[in-house]
Amino acid sequence: MKEKITGGEALMRSLEHQGVKTIFGYPGGAIMPVFDALYDHRDKLNHILVRHEQGAAHAAQGYARVSGDVGVCLVTSGPGATNTITGVADAMIDSTPIVVIAGQVGAGLLGTDAFQEVDLVGITQPISKWSYQIRRAEDVAWAVARAFYIARSGRPGPVVLDFAKNAQVEMTDYEPVDVDFIRSYDPDPETDPKALAEAVRLINESEKPLVLVGQGVELGNAQEELLKFVEKADIPCGCTLLGLSAMPSEHPLNKGMLGMHGNLGPNVKTNECDVLIAVGMRFDDRVTGKLETYAKQAKVIHLDVDPSEIGKNVPVDVPVLGNCKRTLGMLTELIQPKKHTAWIDSFRQYEQQEFDKVIKPEVYPAEGPINMGEVVNAVSEATNHEAVLVTDVGQNQMMSCRYFKFTKNRSVVTSGGMGTMGFCIPAAIGATFGRPDRTVCAIMGDGGLQMTMQELGTIMEQKAPVKMILMNNNYLGNVRQWQAMFFNRRYSFTPMMNPDYMQIASAYGIPSRRVIEREELKDGIKEMLATDGPFLLEVCVVEEGNVLPMTPPGSSVNYMMMDLDC
Amino acid sequence: MENKTLYTIIVHSENIAGLLNQVTAVFTRRQINIESLNVSASSIAGVHKYTITCWTTADIVEKVVRQIEKKMDVIQAHYFTDKEIFQREVAMYKVSTPEFQNNPEASKVVRRFNAHIVEVNPVFSIIEMVGMSDEITFLYEDLKRLKCVLQFVRSGRIAVSTSCFERVNEYLAHREERYNKGL
Repeated sequence: MKEKITGGEALMRSLEHQGVKTIFGYPGGAIMPVFDALYDHRDKLNHILVRHEQGAAHAAQGYARVSGDVGVCLVTSGPGATNTITGVADAMIDSTPIVVIAGQVGAGLLGTDAFQEVDLVGITQPISKWSYQIRRAEDVAWAVARAFYIARSGRPGPVVLDFAKNAQVEMTDYEPVDVDFIRSYDPDPETDPKALAEAVRLINESEKPLVLVGQGVELGNAQEELLKFVEKADIPCGCTLLGLSAMPSEHPLNKGMLGMHGNLGPNVKTNECDVLIAVGMRFDDRVTGKLETYAKQAKVIHLDVDPSEIGKNVPVDVPVLGNCKRTLGMLTELIQPKKHTAWIDSFRQYEQQEFDKVIKPEVYPAEGPINMGEVVNAVSEATNHEAVLVTDVGQNQMMSCRYFKFTKNRSVVTSGGMGTMGFCIPAAIGATFGRPDRTVCAIMGDGGLQMTMQELGTIMEQKAPVKMILMNNNYLGNVRQWQAMFFNRRYSFTPMMNPDYMQIASAYGIPSRRVIEREELKDGIKEMLATDGPFLLEVCVVEEGNVLPMTPPGSSVNYMMMDLDC
Repeated sequence: MENKTLYTIIVHSENIAGLLNQVTAVFTRRQINIESLNVSASSIAGVHKYTITCWTTADIVEKVVRQIEKKMDVIQAHYFTDKEIFQREVAMYKVSTPEFQNNPEASKVVRRFNAHIVEVNPVFSIIEMVGMSDEITFLYEDLKRLKCVLQFVRSGRIAVSTSCFERVNEYLAHREERYNKGL
């Protein structure tokens, strides 16, 4: 006879069966039976108590992004559940595998506006890959297995499990369940051999091909396959924000970042190439600029695992469906080795132009206050370009992604699609648990830091070795830059009064240092990296610094402003 | 502006609570009005079939269908123009029996549209009609002109495609086959 256990205990065993080791959570009334069960599983399930449920969701995201495993969140019903929603939406648009398990009132109370009841499934259906309410203890094992399968397979994404309290306490038989097939869901759609042949023909005949590298390469673990493909065909590449670490920054074929604040070369060349090969990316408007003029001269080949991405924004000539690890491998086998030396050399003039007009003054200024790009570059160098970069959102993010260099895969954790301010600190905490062997540098601004500042408490309690670099400019800098450019310098509510961040760090027992002078910057970074555990390095940077170059919203991708006349 | 066409979208999904919401949310997000919607059990056990009509462009309907298909428990979604389907609606017209019987035009109208009288009592009668959308409207207008209509209701469209097999059966068989081969 099988042993009877509670639904809460079944959840613990199901999580262990899925290989979960770390949970980010926060207890509350409607999830108490689960936390009670967790008390006996502390040896196998490391629960990290966050300070706000939003932090739990972002920490799960950070964990997932660096490790490739599913991040897990455990929260209570009502406000506990709704507080995770920014993280769920963020994980959806950035294809991050997380499973959020939230308490819910007992099934008998559903629909009665009971205390801390919220229609979580209804709220999260449009922003999650799957959302499901567990009302019976016997459904726990199946629901958890299905949740993890859905979160991690195909195009990954967030799954929400709404766990009614009666199901947490009721007794059930437990047997481990595995789900590896859902008939309505194809995680690796078949590749049309005709499309593949057509892609091969276009690539072989191309004189000026360009590859757009997206996060799909990292999600599909296809980094090696990508390099083999582009090296055999000798194709220059541009990376999306989330695809930055999918190939080494210094690889000769890596021509830099795409998009609004990306590098001039790949943006200009997008409108010059004859074949555009997009790999695991979704033609976000921040990448394409004005769609009407985007790569109109090129034949577009799109490799993606999600059929709904094909032709969503940019018309596609040849869709190559399927996991790009598989499809890149097939392409590499079929294409001819080629050299595109003249085409690749033609990037150089744009690299030089960008270096002279933007990079040199930003990263190597002779005088004046410290620049943001300078800080990022110094941190990247000091970590030998091997660290995990976690950013917040805004100027700090764009500067970080422009000037940080990557040598290892899965090294960039940033909120791309949602642009969630406050993402940095909790995501960085998650990253330290996802890859405890790596240095995690969290670069943020003074606005974003204050949005999830309470997670300093989590850092303190866990001694999470987050190297926090605060680039403080006393402004909500990105909005200020837009106000300067498009709103006649009317700085409506972007100047911000700041607290003494060193005092805050000290209250949490986190060592810190403030750097104002350029001469101190390298020493400050050295001290931060030499310190065991967390550290807050506050760098007072130029107040009205601007991120350049820039494709203004609504402009063509090949038009980038190199300076601001305002 | 591209010209809008009336499209019929046929969706097959697992029979799971909340899925209708997810399907209609795709239309809401793109600000597309659903003209009619019918959801009922399909010929496959446990599979529901949706017939949805809306006015939109070829480009948008393609994207809408892909977004619907992306939902976890949606099996397949396809779109059709009127030429590619056989479609019907059903309507019921409740008329006042005295008014209806006093007007010699009335029964001629009913016969002309090939509608049926399915209930007669001293107070009201019910006429039922199965047909194309326009015909149902025309019958309503004719009866209204005779001033005898008390109530009128019409269903959403239901449709079958003109191809000779159900694509969803093939799809499900193919999915099972691939899974069993370990692909």
